[in-house]
Amino acid sequence: MSDPILTVEGVETDIAQYHILKGVDLQVPRGQVTMLLGRNGVGKTTTLRTIMGLWRNKAGRIGFDGRDLNKMPIADRCRAGIGFVPEDMGIFAALTVEENMTLAALSGPLDPARKDWLFATFPPLRTFWKSPAGTLSGGQKQMLSIARAMAEARSLYLIDEPTKGLAPAIVSTMVRALRELKAQGASILMVEQNFAVAKALGDRAVVMDDGRAIWSGAMAELAADPALQERLMGLSMEAH
Amino acid sequence: MIDWLISGDRPRSVALGAVLLGILFSLAFAPFLFPGVRALDTAATILIFIVLVASYDLLLGYSGIVSFAHTMFFGLGAYGVALASIHMGPGWDALIVGALAGALSATVLAYAIGLFSLRVRAIFFAMITLAVASAVAVLVSQLFQLTGGEDGLTYRIPRALTPANRVGELFGVRINGRILAYYLLFFSCTALFLLLLRIVNSPFGRVLQSIRENDFRSEAIGYRVVAYRTAATCLSAAMAALAGSLYAIWLRYVGPDTTLSFEIMIDVLLMVVIGGMGTMYGAVIGATIFVLAQNYLQNLMGAASDATSALPLIPDLINPDRWLLWLGVLFVLSVYFFPTGIVGRLRAGR
Repeated sequence: MSDPILTVEGVETDIAQYHILKGVDLQVPRGQVTMLLGRNGVGKTTTLRTIMGLWRNKAGRIGFDGRDLNKMPIADRCRAGIGFVPEDMGIFAALTVEENMTLAALSGPLDPARKDWLFATFPPLRTFWKSPAGTLSGGQKQMLSIARAMAEARSLYLIDEPTKGLAPAIVSTMVRALRELKAQGASILMVEQNFAVAKALGDRAVVMDDGRAIWSGAMAELAADPALQERLMGLSMEAH
Repeated sequence: MIDWLISGDRPRSVALGAVLLGILFSLAFAPFLFPGVRALDTAATILIFIVLVASYDLLLGYSGIVSFAHTMFFGLGAYGVALASIHMGPGWDALIVGALAGALSATVLAYAIGLFSLRVRAIFFAMITLAVASAVAVLVSQLFQLTGGEDGLTYRIPRALTPANRVGELFGVRINGRILAYYLLFFSCTALFLLLLRIVNSPFGRVLQSIRENDFRSEAIGYRVVAYRTAATCLSAAMAALAGSLYAIWLRYVGPDTTLSFEIMIDVLLMVVIGGMGTMYGAVIGATIFVLAQNYLQNLMGAASDATSALPLIPDLINPDRWLLWLGVLFVLSVYFFPTGIVGRLRAGR
């Protein structure tokens, strides 16, 4: 694989007394979408949170764009170019949509052209621009969460289950937005349980099991091989 | 112009706007509307507590930081003016130097506390501030030669601000230095309050609010939480110290009971909760209601007790000696009926 933007080598993470990540190795190629797949509870979310620094890894190395992230504070990881969309959306409910977006623009006021693009991609943001984020519906909150990560161009996005519990129409909006983001040259590492979405967006896939990455390769290869899916994840994508 | 002054932070409720305008008008014309030493003293205390409570709300309501050291910073500002006035003489320079020295020392102390303890959990930070505040209160009592110990310090301020300075008469009220001192307080407190309003409505204020809601999320979108919390602690401490300096100018006396006591800390906490946390206007309403209740509830109960003397039980229940009990009942009721504070309630019912 040529020039990965993110390299995770032998990363181990404990949460309280539980040993969750037991030596994760994975790479995210520059400008591609890498899907992080696997059954529930295998450590996908912990992997993203460890890369972001929200959990500290006790062993292993995380390299991002030539830099060692291990000792880097969480805020600096974001400023270095990593956008994070957590599973729980992570919006600030008491602040307005505008304030949520303004907060995410670290280098100054929100760029008008980018704001227009985000409004075109997620129309409800324009409608509820001055409303408290806590009053939005689940789908609108997810749009805000992703739009906030996109408020400024980042080189890598870590996205945790962006389509979870959303209506099909909103899922289509999300897929379209993420495709546009990829077209702009961003690299994405995304946890996704919806195989149709994973197949539609992913260039590569990494499958995890029991705190380790057990397979990595082209998404198309995994999607085309039901036997491989069955072996890696205990189910077949064809059912979805 | 007004929108610019209040940093675009409108009351967002007609009733709240009317109450705030009423308070502003009453305080602006207090010497003419409510003649008498006690009324003027009450108005001055309200002004000072508005700034003190608003500065505490910057910490508690906007940043989610629980501190018990706020009156310590208030005391530092007051002692700064007292010591400067004693050592430099009763001049304007002493007031300015004392206020600046008080604010600076409060900022430095807040920085030290913040840097060492804002990384720990909120409850430990609260405990550390309590310990530091208690230590400073004991230190002030022990350093008798410098601070006057439990007796405190009395000093002189510029003659222009004393009752001896007679200026003339306006609307039938004799204007003297005391009224000039009141207006010095009024304009200073208004400026400090508007500055606090500007701070909480700035991008810095928004980051503080995001940290209050979820510090990990704020960190994950690129903000160094400890740095922002430390900055908020320092700003809040400096504002409290300036309020303390103004209080010292007004009282011409400082002592541990008037500026450093834990009772004042509890009062400030109550004023924030009653007015509404996370709303600067809550400080205005909370301080006004609390100080008025502290000063006039006893009188009101005395009058009510006399008026109901023919009835059984009631005069005993509302005996003026029980004013603290009823003050407590009032606060319990206000927290029960207005869990988001009076401002929150008024905004919800607009």
